Amino acid sequence: MIPIDFQYVAAQSVAEAIRQYHQFSTSDMSTRYYSGGTEIITLARLHQLTMDAVIDIKPIPAAQVCSIVEEKLFLGAALTLSQITSHPMMSRAFPLLQVAVNEIADRTARNKITLGGNLCGDIIYREAVLPLLVCDSMVRIAGPNGAKEESIHRIFRRTMQLKPGEFIVQIATDKIYRCAPFFHVKRRKMGKVGYPIVSAAAIRLQDNIHIALSGVCSFPFRSRTMEDWLNQKHLPVHQRIEEAIQIIPPELILNDYEASREYRRFVLRTVLEETLHQLGSA
Amino acid sequence: MTKHEVTLHINGEDRTLVIRHADTLLDVLRLQCGLTGAKPGCENGDCGACTVIVNQLPYKSCIMLAIEATGHTIMTIEGLKHSPIQRAFAKCYAFQCGYCTPGFIMNAHAMLLHDTSIDEPTIQEWLESNICRCTSYEEIASAIRMAMSTMNANLPDNSKPNSPST
Ligand SMILES: Cc1cc2nc3c(=O)[nH]c(=O)nc-3n(C[C@H](O)[C@H](O)[C@H](O)COP(=O)(O)OP(=O)(O)OC[C@H]3O[C@@H](n4cnc5c(N)ncnc54)[C@H](O)[C@@H]3O)c2cc1C
Ligand code: FES
Ligand code: FES
Repeated sequence: MIPIDFQYVAAQSVAEAIRQYHQFSTSDMSTRYYSGGTEIITLARLHQLTMDAVIDIKPIPAAQVCSIVEEKLFLGAALTLSQITSHPMMSRAFPLLQVAVNEIADRTARNKITLGGNLCGDIIYREAVLPLLVCDSMVRIAGPNGAKEESIHRIFRRTMQLKPGEFIVQIATDKIYRCAPFFHVKRRKMGKVGYPIVSAAAIRLQDNIHIALSGVCSFPFRSRTMEDWLNQKHLPVHQRIEEAIQIIPPELILNDYEASREYRRFVLRTVLEETLHQLGSA
Repeated sequence: MTKHEVTLHINGEDRTLVIRHADTLLDVLRLQCGLTGAKPGCENGDCGACTVIVNQLPYKSCIMLAIEATGHTIMTIEGLKHSPIQRAFAKCYAFQCGYCTPGFIMNAHAMLLHDTSIDEPTIQEWLESNICRCTSYEEIASAIRMAMSTMNANLPDNSKPNSPST
């Protein structure tokens, strides 16, 4: 049972969601946007999250789109991970994202977890952001001051940097990135469901590797300095990988019940090696 | 504590209920509707014991608010009668203590609603959503295969998975 009470409203449009947020705020009610709701429910049950109201953004048509306009793929933030994996267009339109989200949670949970919820959640892995980071996606945001489009690199710095009242409506990704040769790998402690020890999403573009990682630190990231080392093709693979790993401050590498710091570093090494081989950069 | 009247369409009937907006579907089904087939296990989205079908898709009812389900068609294990998957579970002894069984059956039934010619990796992918503490996994997978062949045998010839016209 959820031990707190909150009010639930479903917004039918972006404007209605913003209006509702404003209305709750002026009544001094703490408010959250609600998408799949799985994290809100589980954290609220454990007393780790409270709010006075939630605004469900699933009914908003703009948050449900999946379409290509002028080579840009637009994905609504309220699409469930299952909708993304099962959409007939996705295996051609953005296969890296399709493969990456298919590894998040399990088949039934993916019917509820949404793209926007995964990107904005408190749970540290946020694995759906990895393909967006390597593909330089754009994030379409709505808020009290209107709509805006921001680069994923500006708006996602360890976590999503949204201002009060703002929410993600869509993600836009260019063809040049989403159709590039790609590689995705997720290494767990055991089994085929669960959080990653290391997960990586990578593409090869103009002979350079772009790579983003989750599970290594307490936040997902893409590091240009790491990529620079990995792309130094005149150096032996072993050296490129060691130099790339050295970039991560050792104390930032997670050391927890899933895996020790040393084991994570070992797994990261094998993941980077596999990525370079798979993308023909070894 | 504010309560609101809502109508949920459960197992073919409209049920008018007075709930908190913060009530999960699992709690409402069990505590207000007396439908105790969906089981609380982890209540964290991990075990699948609470699985129900909403609009033909399986959902873990512990991570869904009851209010979200208004206007949708909800089916719990109590609404599933004489289905091939239920018979196959009994024939294959696909349970021991039975606690996980309603969740597995609802998930498997939803899978078979989608397709009756499912390959082995797809069966495994769907089954990973549920946990059986008694480890009846082999028998559960056998039950799914049995239900699938029963359903295919009952299809008209031209709509069987391997018929020339499909
Ligand atoms: C069984 C299970 C397994 C999981 N396994 C994994 C895994 O393997 N890898 C992984 O990365 N994650 C995993 N997760 C975590 C899950 O992806 C996150 O908890 C995610 O936040 C859930 O998405 P949701 O749509 O349900 O979010 P919600 O609960 O709706 O929202 C989560 C947070 O994001 C905010 N939010 C939601 N949508 C938006 C939006 N469009 N704009 C702005 N803010 C928004 C909400 O206000 C809230 O603070 C798992 C979760 C479960 C339940
Ligand atoms: S009780 Fe719902 S998934 Fe475990
Ligand atoms: S039969 Fe006991 S938990 Fe599955």
